[in-house]
Amino acid sequence: MLEIQDLKVTHGPIEAVHGIALTVAEGACVTLLGPNGAGKTSTLSAITGTARSTGLIRLAGTDISRLPVEARAKRGIAISPEGRRIFSNLTVRENLVMGAAGRRDKSAIGSDIRGWFEQFPILGERRDQPAGTLSGGEQQMLAIARALMSRPRILLLDEPSLGLAPQITARIFDIIGDLKRQGITILLVEQNATAAIELSDYVYVLNNGLISSEGPAERYGDGSALMDQITGVHG
Amino acid sequence: MDYAIQQILNALSFGAEYALIALGLAIVFSIMGLVNFAHGEVIAFGGYSMVIVGTLLTRNPFLLMGAVLLACVLVSVLLERVAFRTVRKADLTTGLLTAFGVSIILQNLFLLLGSPRPIPATQFIFLDRTITLGAVQVSSLQIYETLATAVAIGFLLFFLRRTTLGLAMRAAALDFEMVRLCGLRANRVIATAFAVSGLLAGLACIFIMARRGSVLPHMGFDPVLTAFVACVIGGFGSLPGAVLGGFLLGAVEVAVLVLLPQSYGGLAQAVVFALVALILVWRPDGILSPAREKGDKV
Ligand SMILES: Nc1ncnc2c1ncn2[C@@H]1O[C@H](COP(=O)(O)OP(=O)(O)OP(=O)(O)O)[C@@H](O)[C@H]1O
Ligand SMILES: [Mg+2]
Repeated sequence: MLEIQDLKVTHGPIEAVHGIALTVAEGACVTLLGPNGAGKTSTLSAITGTARSTGLIRLAGTDISRLPVEARAKRGIAISPEGRRIFSNLTVRENLVMGAAGRRDKSAIGSDIRGWFEQFPILGERRDQPAGTLSGGEQQMLAIARALMSRPRILLLDEPSLGLAPQITARIFDIIGDLKRQGITILLVEQNATAAIELSDYVYVLNNGLISSEGPAERYGDGSALMDQITGVHG
Repeated sequence: MDYAIQQILNALSFGAEYALIALGLAIVFSIMGLVNFAHGEVIAFGGYSMVIVGTLLTRNPFLLMGAVLLACVLVSVLLERVAFRTVRKADLTTGLLTAFGVSIILQNLFLLLGSPRPIPATQFIFLDRTITLGAVQVSSLQIYETLATAVAIGFLLFFLRRTTLGLAMRAAALDFEMVRLCGLRANRVIATAFAVSGLLAGLACIFIMARRGSVLPHMGFDPVLTAFVACVIGGFGSLPGAVLGGFLLGAVEVAVLVLLPQSYGGLAQAVVFALVALILVWRPDGILSPAREKGDKV
Protein backbone atom coordinates (compact mmCIF):
# COMPACT_ATOMS: atom_id res chain seq x y z
CA MET A 1 0.00 0.00 0.00
CA LEU A 2 2.69 2.45 1.07
CA GLU A 3 6.28 2.20 -0.07
CA ILE A 4 9.03 4.62 0.88
CA GLN A 5 12.59 4.62 -0.43
CA ASP A 6 15.60 6.75 0.41
CA LEU A 7 13.47 9.32 2.24
CA LYS A 8 15.26 12.42 3.48
CA VAL A 9 13.23 15.00 5.40
CA THR A 10 14.35 18.56 6.01
CA HIS A 11 13.05 21.42 8.13
CA GLY A 12 14.74 24.42 6.59
CA PRO A 13 18.47 23.84 7.03
CA ILE A 14 18.01 20.89 9.40
CA GLU A 15 17.87 17.37 8.01
CA ALA A 16 15.77 15.32 10.44
CA VAL A 17 15.60 12.03 8.48
CA HIS A 18 18.65 10.91 6.53
CA GLY A 19 17.40 8.35 4.03
CA ILE A 20 15.11 5.59 5.19
CA ALA A 21 13.09 2.86 3.50
CA LEU A 22 9.80 1.59 4.82
CA THR A 23 6.90 -0.51 3.55
CA VAL A 24 3.35 -0.93 4.78
CA ALA A 25 1.43 -3.79 3.18
CA GLU A 26 -2.30 -3.54 2.61
CA GLY A 27 -4.24 -4.38 5.78
CA ALA A 28 -1.10 -4.43 7.90
CA CYS A 29 -0.34 -2.47 11.04
CA VAL A 30 3.25 -1.25 10.99
CA THR A 31 4.82 0.54 13.92
CA LEU A 32 7.54 3.14 13.81
CA LEU A 33 9.23 3.34 17.20
CA GLY A 34 11.88 5.72 18.40
CA PRO A 35 12.93 8.17 21.11
CA ASN A 36 12.12 11.88 21.18
CA GLY A 37 13.59 13.71 18.23
CA ALA A 38 14.29 10.53 16.25
CA GLY A 39 12.38 11.85 13.24
CA LYS A 40 9.10 9.94 13.56
CA THR A 41 6.83 12.94 13.12
CA SER A 42 9.10 14.22 10.35
CA THR A 43 8.61 10.94 8.50
CA LEU A 44 4.83 11.20 8.75
CA SER A 45 4.97 14.86 7.71
CA ALA A 46 6.88 13.84 4.60
CA ILE A 47 4.18 11.30 3.80
CA THR A 48 1.36 13.82 4.24
CA GLY A 49 3.34 16.50 2.42
CA THR A 50 3.61 19.02 5.24
CA ALA A 51 7.40 18.71 5.44
CA ARG A 52 9.91 18.95 2.58
CA SER A 53 11.43 15.67 1.54
CA THR A 54 13.30 13.89 -1.21
CA GLY A 55 13.00 10.25 -2.17
CA LEU A 56 10.19 8.02 -3.27
CA ILE A 57 6.78 7.87 -1.60
CA ARG A 58 4.50 5.45 -3.39
CA LEU A 59 0.85 5.01 -2.47
CA ALA A 60 -0.98 2.11 -4.09
CA GLY A 61 1.63 2.06 -6.84
CA THR A 62 1.77 5.77 -7.74
CA ASP A 63 4.42 8.22 -6.65
CA ILE A 64 2.79 10.95 -4.56
CA SER A 65 5.96 12.68 -3.40
CA ARG A 66 5.37 15.75 -5.57
CA LEU A 67 1.71 16.26 -4.82
CA PRO A 68 0.49 19.03 -2.52
CA VAL A 69 -0.93 18.16 0.90
CA GLU A 70 -4.60 18.22 -0.07
CA ALA A 71 -4.09 16.06 -3.16
CA ARG A 72 -2.38 13.37 -1.07
CA ALA A 73 -5.28 13.46 1.39
CA LYS A 74 -7.69 13.00 -1.50
CA ARG A 75 -5.70 10.00 -2.71
CA GLY A 76 -6.14 8.24 0.57
CA ILE A 77 -3.70 9.46 3.20
CA ALA A 78 -5.25 10.40 6.52
CA ILE A 79 -3.57 11.34 9.76
CA SER A 80 -4.35 11.63 13.41
CA PRO A 81 -1.51 14.05 14.06
CA GLU A 82 0.78 14.60 17.00
CA GLY A 83 -1.12 16.63 19.59
CA ARG A 84 -4.41 15.52 17.93
CA ARG A 85 -5.10 18.99 16.47
CA ILE A 86 -8.87 18.66 16.59
CA PHE A 87 -10.74 21.82 15.60
CA SER A 88 -11.59 22.94 19.12
CA ASN A 89 -13.89 25.76 17.93
CA LEU A 90 -16.02 23.32 15.91
CA THR A 91 -18.47 20.84 17.37
CA VAL A 92 -17.69 17.13 17.50
CA ARG A 93 -19.99 16.51 14.53
CA GLU A 94 -18.50 19.38 12.55
CA ASN A 95 -15.02 17.93 13.12
CA LEU A 96 -16.19 14.70 11.51
CA VAL A 97 -17.72 16.61 8.59
CA MET A 98 -14.36 18.31 8.09
CA GLY A 99 -12.69 14.91 8.01
CA ALA A 100 -14.83 14.05 5.00
CA ALA A 101 -14.29 17.43 3.29
CA GLY A 102 -12.18 15.98 0.49
CA ARG A 103 -14.56 13.14 -0.27
CA ARG A 104 -16.65 12.88 -3.42
CA ASP A 105 -19.51 10.63 -2.26
CA LYS A 106 -21.13 13.25 -0.04
CA SER A 107 -24.30 11.20 0.41
CA ALA A 108 -22.66 8.56 2.61
CA ILE A 109 -21.15 11.07 5.03
CA GLY A 110 -24.20 11.23 7.28
CA SER A 111 -24.32 7.47 7.74
CA ASP A 112 -20.57 7.31 8.35
CA ILE A 113 -20.92 9.89 11.11
CA ARG A 114 -23.72 7.87 12.69
CA GLY A 115 -21.49 4.81 12.45
CA TRP A 116 -18.74 6.54 14.41
CA PHE A 117 -21.21 7.71 17.04
CA GLU A 118 -22.23 4.07 17.49
CA GLN A 119 -18.62 2.98 17.75
CA PHE A 120 -17.78 5.82 20.17
CA PRO A 121 -21.03 6.55 22.06
CA ILE A 122 -19.29 9.19 24.16
CA LEU A 123 -18.68 11.24 21.01
CA GLY A 124 -22.32 10.77 20.05
CA GLU A 125 -23.45 12.15 23.38
CA ARG A 126 -21.27 15.19 22.88
CA ARG A 127 -21.96 15.65 19.18
CA ASP A 128 -23.02 19.30 19.44
CA GLN A 129 -20.46 20.29 22.03
CA PRO A 130 -17.35 22.28 21.01
CA ALA A 131 -14.64 19.67 20.51
CA GLY A 132 -12.32 21.70 22.74
CA THR A 133 -14.41 20.68 25.75
CA LEU A 134 -13.63 16.96 25.27
CA SER A 135 -11.15 15.14 27.49
CA GLY A 136 -7.80 14.10 26.07
CA GLY A 137 -8.91 10.52 25.40
CA GLU A 138 -12.13 11.68 23.74
CA GLN A 139 -10.17 14.13 21.61
CA GLN A 140 -7.91 11.28 20.50
CA MET A 141 -10.94 9.19 19.51
CA LEU A 142 -12.28 12.18 17.61
CA ALA A 143 -8.96 12.70 15.83
CA ILE A 144 -8.96 9.05 14.73
CA ALA A 145 -12.61 9.15 13.64
CA ARG A 146 -12.03 12.42 11.78
CA ALA A 147 -9.11 10.84 9.91
CA LEU A 148 -11.18 7.79 8.98
CA MET A 149 -14.10 9.94 7.77
CA SER A 150 -12.16 10.32 4.51
CA ARG A 151 -12.21 6.51 4.07
CA PRO A 152 -8.46 6.56 3.54
CA ARG A 153 -6.23 3.90 2.04
CA ILE A 154 -3.87 4.27 4.97
CA LEU A 155 -4.24 5.73 8.45
CA LEU A 156 -1.23 7.45 10.00
CA LEU A 157 -1.31 7.68 13.80
CA ASP A 158 1.22 9.92 15.54
CA GLU A 159 1.63 8.99 19.22
CA PRO A 160 -2.06 8.47 19.95
CA SER A 161 -1.29 7.54 23.57
CA LEU A 162 0.71 10.66 24.34
CA GLY A 163 -0.34 12.38 27.55
CA LEU A 164 -3.16 9.96 28.37
CA ALA A 165 -3.77 8.05 31.61
CA PRO A 166 -2.89 4.32 31.51
CA GLN A 167 -6.52 3.10 31.31
CA ILE A 168 -7.30 5.56 28.52
CA THR A 169 -4.13 4.52 26.70
CA ALA A 170 -5.28 0.91 26.92
CA ARG A 171 -8.65 1.91 25.47
CA ILE A 172 -6.99 3.76 22.57
CA PHE A 173 -4.86 0.70 21.76
CA ASP A 174 -7.99 -1.45 21.89
CA ILE A 175 -9.54 0.86 19.34
CA ILE A 176 -6.49 0.63 17.08
CA GLY A 177 -6.69 -3.17 17.38
CA ASP A 178 -10.35 -3.02 16.31
CA LEU A 179 -9.49 -0.86 13.32
CA LYS A 180 -6.82 -3.34 12.29
CA ARG A 181 -9.33 -6.18 12.48
CA GLN A 182 -11.65 -4.12 10.28
CA GLY A 183 -8.91 -4.30 7.65
CA ILE A 184 -7.64 -0.73 7.88
CA THR A 185 -4.02 -0.24 6.88
CA ILE A 186 -2.15 1.52 9.69
CA LEU A 187 1.20 3.18 10.16
CA LEU A 188 1.54 3.77 13.89
CA VAL A 189 4.14 6.03 15.47
CA GLU A 190 4.70 5.34 19.15
CA GLN A 191 7.05 5.52 22.09
CA ASN A 192 5.01 2.98 24.02
CA ALA A 193 6.81 -0.03 22.50
CA THR A 194 5.09 -2.74 24.52
CA ALA A 195 1.54 -1.79 23.58
CA ALA A 196 2.41 -0.97 19.97
CA ILE A 197 4.29 -4.20 19.29
CA GLU A 198 1.43 -6.25 20.65
CA LEU A 199 -0.89 -5.16 17.88
CA SER A 200 1.50 -4.68 14.98
CA ASP A 201 2.77 -6.98 12.26
CA TYR A 202 6.07 -5.29 11.57
CA VAL A 203 8.29 -2.87 13.48
CA TYR A 204 10.80 -0.22 12.47
CA VAL A 205 13.01 1.46 15.05
CA LEU A 206 14.16 4.95 14.20
CA ASN A 207 17.18 6.57 15.86
CA ASN A 208 18.66 9.93 14.94
CA GLY A 209 16.92 9.92 11.58
CA LEU A 210 18.02 6.44 10.53
CA ILE A 211 16.41 3.04 10.91
CA SER A 212 18.50 1.18 13.43
CA SER A 213 16.51 -2.04 13.48
CA GLU A 214 13.48 -3.59 11.80
CA GLY A 215 11.66 -6.90 11.70
CA PRO A 216 8.42 -8.80 12.29
CA ALA A 217 6.79 -7.83 15.58
CA GLU A 218 7.35 -11.30 17.06
CA ARG A 219 11.08 -10.74 16.93
CA TYR A 220 10.84 -8.01 19.54
CA GLY A 221 9.11 -10.18 22.15
CA ASP A 222 7.05 -8.09 24.51
CA GLY A 223 9.02 -5.02 23.54
CA SER A 224 10.51 -4.36 26.95
CA ALA A 225 14.08 -4.38 25.60
CA LEU A 226 13.08 -1.79 23.02
CA MET A 227 11.19 0.19 25.61
CA ASP A 228 14.37 0.55 27.67
CA GLN A 229 16.27 1.64 24.61
CA ILE A 230 13.66 4.22 23.68
CA THR A 231 13.11 5.71 27.09
CA GLY A 232 16.79 5.57 27.91
CA VAL A 233 16.29 3.38 30.97
CA HIS A 234 18.94 0.71 31.30
CA GLY A 235 18.77 -2.37 33.43
CA MET B 1 -39.65 59.69 22.17
CA ASP B 2 -39.33 60.13 18.39
CA TYR B 3 -35.98 61.73 19.02
CA ALA B 4 -34.84 58.66 20.91
CA ILE B 5 -36.08 56.32 18.18
CA GLN B 6 -34.38 58.41 15.53
CA GLN B 7 -31.10 58.31 17.42
CA ILE B 8 -31.33 54.58 18.05
CA LEU B 9 -31.91 54.04 14.35
CA ASN B 10 -29.00 56.33 13.63
CA ALA B 11 -26.76 54.26 15.87
CA LEU B 12 -27.98 50.99 14.34
CA SER B 13 -27.40 52.12 10.78
CA PHE B 14 -23.94 53.55 11.51
CA GLY B 15 -23.15 50.34 13.37
CA ALA B 16 -24.50 48.20 10.53
CA GLU B 17 -22.18 49.81 8.00
CA TYR B 18 -19.16 49.42 10.26
CA ALA B 19 -20.12 45.85 11.08
CA LEU B 20 -20.41 44.87 7.39
CA ILE B 21 -17.00 46.25 6.57
CA ALA B 22 -15.42 44.99 9.80
CA LEU B 23 -16.71 41.47 9.06
CA GLY B 24 -15.04 41.62 5.66
CA LEU B 25 -11.74 42.51 7.27
CA ALA B 26 -12.12 39.93 10.05
CA ILE B 27 -12.92 37.01 7.74
CA VAL B 28 -9.74 37.49 5.76
CA PHE B 29 -7.64 38.21 8.85
CA SER B 30 -8.93 35.21 10.77
CA ILE B 31 -7.81 32.71 8.18
CA MET B 32 -4.66 34.24 6.74
CA GLY B 33 -3.49 36.88 9.20
CA LEU B 34 -3.77 39.66 6.61
CA VAL B 35 -5.10 43.10 7.50
CA ASN B 36 -6.60 43.93 4.13
CA PHE B 37 -6.45 47.70 3.91
CA ALA B 38 -7.30 47.45 0.21
CA HIS B 39 -10.82 46.49 1.30
CA GLY B 40 -11.82 50.15 0.95
CA GLU B 41 -10.79 50.13 -2.70
CA VAL B 42 -12.99 47.08 -3.25
CA ILE B 43 -15.85 49.29 -2.07
CA ALA B 44 -14.74 52.14 -4.33
CA PHE B 45 -14.44 49.70 -7.24
CA GLY B 46 -18.06 48.78 -6.61
CA GLY B 47 -18.91 52.47 -6.92
CA TYR B 48 -17.05 52.86 -10.22
CA SER B 49 -18.62 49.68 -11.60
CA MET B 50 -21.97 51.23 -10.77
CA VAL B 51 -21.06 54.33 -12.79
CA ILE B 52 -19.90 52.27 -15.76
CA VAL B 53 -22.71 49.73 -15.79
CA GLY B 54 -25.21 52.50 -15.00
CA THR B 55 -24.14 54.57 -18.00
CA LEU B 56 -23.57 51.78 -20.51
CA LEU B 57 -25.99 48.98 -19.70
CA THR B 58 -28.91 49.61 -17.42
CA ARG B 59 -30.38 52.18 -15.11
CA ASN B 60 -32.51 49.62 -13.32
CA PRO B 61 -31.39 50.06 -9.69
CA PHE B 62 -31.91 46.42 -8.76
CA LEU B 63 -29.84 45.11 -11.66
CA LEU B 64 -27.26 47.72 -10.72
CA MET B 65 -27.17 46.42 -7.15
CA GLY B 66 -26.48 42.96 -8.51
CA ALA B 67 -23.70 44.39 -10.66
CA VAL B 68 -22.13 46.16 -7.67
CA LEU B 69 -22.17 42.98 -5.57
CA LEU B 70 -20.71 40.95 -8.44
CA ALA B 71 -18.01 43.54 -9.16
CA CYS B 72 -16.91 43.63 -5.51
CA VAL B 73 -16.75 39.83 -5.25
CA LEU B 74 -14.75 39.56 -8.47
CA VAL B 75 -12.26 42.30 -7.65
CA SER B 76 -11.76 40.95 -4.13
CA VAL B 77 -10.98 37.46 -5.43
CA LEU B 78 -8.81 38.94 -8.16
CA LEU B 79 -6.75 40.95 -5.63
CA GLU B 80 -6.07 37.78 -3.68
CA ARG B 81 -4.96 36.06 -6.87
CA VAL B 82 -2.59 38.73 -8.14
CA ALA B 83 -1.39 40.46 -4.97
CA PHE B 84 -1.93 38.51 -1.77
CA ARG B 85 -1.24 34.95 -2.90
CA THR B 86 2.42 35.77 -3.47
CA VAL B 87 2.88 37.06 0.09
CA ARG B 88 0.75 34.40 1.75
CA LYS B 89 3.69 32.81 3.53
CA ALA B 90 5.27 36.14 4.47
CA ASP B 91 4.92 37.73 7.89
CA LEU B 92 2.25 40.12 9.10
CA THR B 93 4.13 43.32 8.24
CA THR B 94 4.81 42.24 4.66
CA GLY B 95 1.13 41.47 4.19
CA LEU B 96 0.13 44.80 5.71
CA LEU B 97 2.53 46.73 3.46
CA THR B 98 1.32 44.82 0.42
CA ALA B 99 -2.27 45.71 1.28
CA PHE B 100 -1.35 49.39 1.66
CA GLY B 101 0.48 49.23 -1.65
CA VAL B 102 -2.49 47.69 -3.42
CA SER B 103 -4.74 50.29 -1.82
CA ILE B 104 -2.59 53.19 -3.05
CA ILE B 105 -2.19 51.73 -6.55
CA LEU B 106 -5.94 51.25 -6.89
CA GLN B 107 -6.71 54.76 -5.61
CA ASN B 108 -4.34 56.18 -8.20
CA LEU B 109 -5.85 54.03 -10.93
CA PHE B 110 -9.28 55.37 -10.02
CA LEU B 111 -7.79 58.86 -10.08
CA LEU B 112 -6.21 58.36 -13.52
CA LEU B 113 -9.01 56.48 -15.22
CA GLY B 114 -11.81 58.23 -13.37
CA SER B 115 -11.57 61.71 -11.96
CA PRO B 116 -10.29 63.41 -8.81
CA ARG B 117 -13.73 65.03 -8.55
CA PRO B 118 -16.85 63.14 -7.46
CA ILE B 119 -18.60 61.35 -10.33
CA PRO B 120 -22.35 61.29 -9.74
CA ALA B 121 -24.15 57.95 -9.57
CA THR B 122 -27.56 58.59 -8.12
CA GLN B 123 -29.52 55.44 -8.94
CA PHE B 124 -29.62 54.28 -5.31
CA ILE B 125 -30.61 57.60 -3.78
CA PHE B 126 -34.27 56.55 -3.94
CA LEU B 127 -33.54 54.23 -1.00
CA ASP B 128 -33.12 57.29 1.20
CA ARG B 129 -36.52 58.82 1.88
CA THR B 130 -38.06 60.25 4.96
CA ILE B 131 -40.90 58.03 6.03
CA THR B 132 -43.37 58.41 8.84
CA LEU B 133 -43.88 55.46 11.16
CA GLY B 134 -46.74 56.37 13.46
CA ALA B 135 -45.66 59.69 14.91
CA VAL B 136 -41.97 59.21 14.14
CA GLN B 137 -40.14 60.43 11.08
CA VAL B 138 -37.22 58.23 10.10
CA SER B 139 -34.92 57.65 7.15
CA SER B 140 -35.89 54.61 5.10
CA LEU B 141 -32.24 54.03 4.18
CA GLN B 142 -31.36 53.51 7.82
CA ILE B 143 -34.06 50.88 8.16
CA TYR B 144 -32.94 49.08 4.99
CA GLU B 145 -29.36 49.23 6.11
CA THR B 146 -30.07 47.74 9.52
CA LEU B 147 -32.32 45.03 8.11
CA ALA B 148 -29.99 44.13 5.25
CA THR B 149 -27.08 43.83 7.65
CA ALA B 150 -29.10 41.59 9.95
CA VAL B 151 -30.03 39.38 6.98
CA ALA B 152 -26.41 39.31 5.76
CA ILE B 153 -25.22 38.25 9.20
CA GLY B 154 -27.91 35.57 9.22
CA PHE B 155 -26.73 34.21 5.87
CA LEU B 156 -23.13 34.34 7.00
CA LEU B 157 -23.98 32.36 10.13
CA PHE B 158 -25.80 29.80 8.03
CA PHE B 159 -22.86 29.56 5.63
CA LEU B 160 -20.32 29.19 8.45
CA ARG B 161 -22.35 26.55 10.31
CA ARG B 162 -24.04 24.54 7.61
CA THR B 163 -21.71 24.29 4.62
CA THR B 164 -18.45 22.41 4.41
CA LEU B 165 -16.63 25.45 3.07
CA GLY B 166 -18.02 27.52 5.93
CA LEU B 167 -16.84 24.95 8.47
CA ALA B 168 -13.48 24.90 6.72
CA MET B 169 -13.18 28.66 7.09
CA ARG B 170 -13.83 28.45 10.82
CA ALA B 171 -11.44 25.52 11.14
CA ALA B 172 -8.79 27.28 9.06
CA ALA B 173 -8.86 30.21 11.46
CA LEU B 174 -7.47 27.80 14.03
CA ASP B 175 -5.30 25.34 12.09
CA PHE B 176 -5.04 25.84 8.35
CA GLU B 177 -2.63 22.97 7.80
CA MET B 178 -5.05 20.55 9.43
CA VAL B 179 -7.76 21.72 7.02
CA ARG B 180 -5.48 20.87 4.12
CA LEU B 181 -4.76 17.49 5.73
CA CYS B 182 -8.51 16.90 5.54
CA GLY B 183 -8.27 17.24 1.75
CA LEU B 184 -9.52 20.79 1.19
CA ARG B 185 -7.51 22.99 -1.15
CA ALA B 186 -5.99 25.99 0.60
CA ASN B 187 -6.55 28.18 -2.46
CA ARG B 188 -10.21 27.32 -2.47
CA VAL B 189 -10.70 28.19 1.20
CA ILE B 190 -8.86 31.49 0.86
CA ALA B 191 -10.65 32.43 -2.38
CA THR B 192 -13.95 31.79 -0.60
CA ALA B 193 -12.91 34.07 2.25
CA PHE B 194 -12.12 36.85 -0.21
CA ALA B 195 -15.37 36.27 -2.10
CA VAL B 196 -17.44 36.53 1.09
CA SER B 197 -15.45 39.56 2.16
CA GLY B 198 -16.08 41.15 -1.27
CA LEU B 199 -19.79 40.40 -1.06
CA LEU B 200 -20.01 42.21 2.29
CA ALA B 201 -18.03 45.12 0.83
CA GLY B 202 -20.51 45.23 -2.07
CA LEU B 203 -23.43 45.47 0.32
CA ALA B 204 -21.72 48.28 2.22
CA CYS B 205 -21.00 49.95 -1.13
CA ILE B 206 -24.69 49.97 -2.07
CA PHE B 207 -25.59 51.82 1.13
CA ILE B 208 -22.65 54.20 0.90
CA MET B 209 -23.68 55.03 -2.67
CA ALA B 210 -27.28 55.55 -1.59
CA ARG B 211 -26.07 58.11 0.91
CA ARG B 212 -23.41 59.87 -1.16
CA GLY B 213 -24.80 59.62 -4.69
CA SER B 214 -21.30 59.93 -6.11
CA VAL B 215 -17.95 58.14 -6.23
CA LEU B 216 -14.49 59.30 -5.25
CA PRO B 217 -11.17 57.40 -5.51
CA HIS B 218 -10.64 57.34 -1.75
CA MET B 219 -14.27 56.94 -0.70
CA GLY B 220 -13.64 53.53 0.86
CA PHE B 221 -10.64 54.42 2.92
CA ASP B 222 -12.27 56.19 5.87
CA PRO B 223 -15.03 53.59 6.37
CA VAL B 224 -12.39 50.84 6.35
CA LEU B 225 -10.29 52.71 8.88
CA THR B 226 -13.31 52.99 11.17
CA ALA B 227 -14.15 49.33 10.59
CA PHE B 228 -10.56 48.50 11.47
CA VAL B 229 -11.07 50.24 14.81
CA ALA B 230 -14.29 48.24 15.24
CA CYS B 231 -12.30 45.04 14.67
CA VAL B 232 -9.73 46.10 17.24
CA ILE B 233 -12.41 46.82 19.83
CA GLY B 234 -14.17 43.54 19.20
CA GLY B 235 -10.99 41.47 19.11
CA PHE B 236 -9.15 41.23 15.79
CA GLY B 237 -10.02 38.15 13.79
CA SER B 238 -13.15 37.37 15.80
CA LEU B 239 -16.28 37.56 13.62
CA PRO B 240 -18.74 38.14 16.49
CA GLY B 241 -16.19 40.68 17.74
CA ALA B 242 -16.30 42.53 14.42
CA VAL B 243 -20.10 42.78 14.56
CA LEU B 244 -20.08 43.80 18.21
CA GLY B 245 -17.30 46.32 17.64
CA GLY B 246 -19.13 47.80 14.65
CA PHE B 247 -22.40 48.32 16.48
CA LEU B 248 -20.63 49.53 19.63
CA LEU B 249 -18.73 52.09 17.61
CA GLY B 250 -21.96 53.23 15.94
CA ALA B 251 -23.66 53.59 19.31
CA VAL B 252 -20.74 55.46 20.89
CA GLU B 253 -20.52 57.80 17.91
CA VAL B 254 -24.20 58.69 18.06
CA ALA B 255 -24.18 58.96 21.86
CA VAL B 256 -21.25 61.36 21.72
CA LEU B 257 -23.00 63.49 19.09
CA VAL B 258 -26.19 63.55 21.15
CA LEU B 259 -24.68 64.12 24.57
CA LEU B 260 -21.87 66.49 23.67
CA PRO B 261 -22.93 70.15 23.56
CA GLN B 262 -23.21 71.50 19.99
CA SER B 263 -20.17 73.73 20.37
CA TYR B 264 -17.99 70.69 21.05
CA GLY B 265 -19.20 68.91 17.89
CA GLY B 266 -15.70 68.98 16.46
CA LEU B 267 -14.47 66.87 19.36
CA ALA B 268 -16.81 63.97 18.60
CA GLN B 269 -14.11 61.89 16.86
CA ALA B 270 -11.64 62.58 19.65
CA VAL B 271 -14.12 61.45 22.31
CA VAL B 272 -14.92 58.28 20.33
CA PHE B 273 -11.27 57.36 20.09
CA ALA B 274 -10.67 58.16 23.75
CA LEU B 275 -13.44 55.70 24.62
CA VAL B 276 -11.88 53.13 22.29
CA ALA B 277 -8.57 53.61 24.09
CA LEU B 278 -10.33 53.04 27.41
CA ILE B 279 -11.87 49.79 26.15
CA LEU B 280 -8.42 48.63 25.12
CA VAL B 281 -7.01 49.44 28.56
CA TRP B 282 -9.72 47.26 30.01
CA ARG B 283 -9.27 44.46 27.41
CA PRO B 284 -6.02 44.86 25.50
CA ASP B 285 -6.91 42.12 22.99
CA GLY B 286 -10.40 43.46 22.31
CA ILE B 287 -13.64 42.39 23.89
CA LEU B 288 -14.10 39.02 22.18
CA SER B 289 -10.50 38.23 21.37
CA PRO B 290 -10.26 34.97 19.44
CA ALA B 291 -8.31 31.90 20.54
CA ARG B 292 -4.63 32.48 21.13
CA GLU B 293 -3.26 30.14 18.52
CA LYS B 294 -3.52 31.57 15.04
CA GLY B 295 -3.67 29.39 11.97
CA ASP B 296 -0.54 29.00 9.91
CA LYS B 297 -0.81 30.93 6.73
CA VAL B 298 -0.20 27.78 4.65
N1 LIG C 1 9.40 22.41 12.22
C1 LIG C 1 10.65 22.10 12.56
N2 LIG C 1 11.65 23.00 12.39
C2 LIG C 1 12.92 22.70 12.72
N3 LIG C 1 13.31 21.54 13.20
C3 LIG C 1 12.38 20.59 13.40
C4 LIG C 1 11.00 20.82 13.08
N4 LIG C 1 10.30 19.71 13.38
C5 LIG C 1 11.21 18.83 13.85
N5 LIG C 1 12.44 19.35 13.86
C6 LIG C 1 13.67 18.66 14.30
O1 LIG C 1 13.76 17.43 13.61
C7 LIG C 1 14.16 16.40 14.47
C8 LIG C 1 13.15 15.28 14.44
O2 LIG C 1 11.94 15.76 15.00
P1 LIG C 1 10.61 14.92 14.98
O3 LIG C 1 9.53 15.82 15.47
O4 LIG C 1 10.43 14.31 13.66
O5 LIG C 1 10.91 13.82 16.07
P2 LIG C 1 9.93 12.76 16.72
O6 LIG C 1 10.58 11.44 16.55
O7 LIG C 1 8.56 12.90 16.22
O8 LIG C 1 10.02 13.18 18.25
P3 LIG C 1 8.87 13.16 19.38
O9 LIG C 1 8.82 11.78 19.91
O10 LIG C 1 9.40 14.12 20.40
O11 LIG C 1 7.61 13.61 18.76
C9 LIG C 1 14.35 17.03 15.83
O12 LIG C 1 15.72 17.29 16.01
C10 LIG C 1 13.59 18.30 15.76
O13 LIG C 1 14.18 19.31 16.55
MG1 LIG D 1 6.80 13.40 17.07
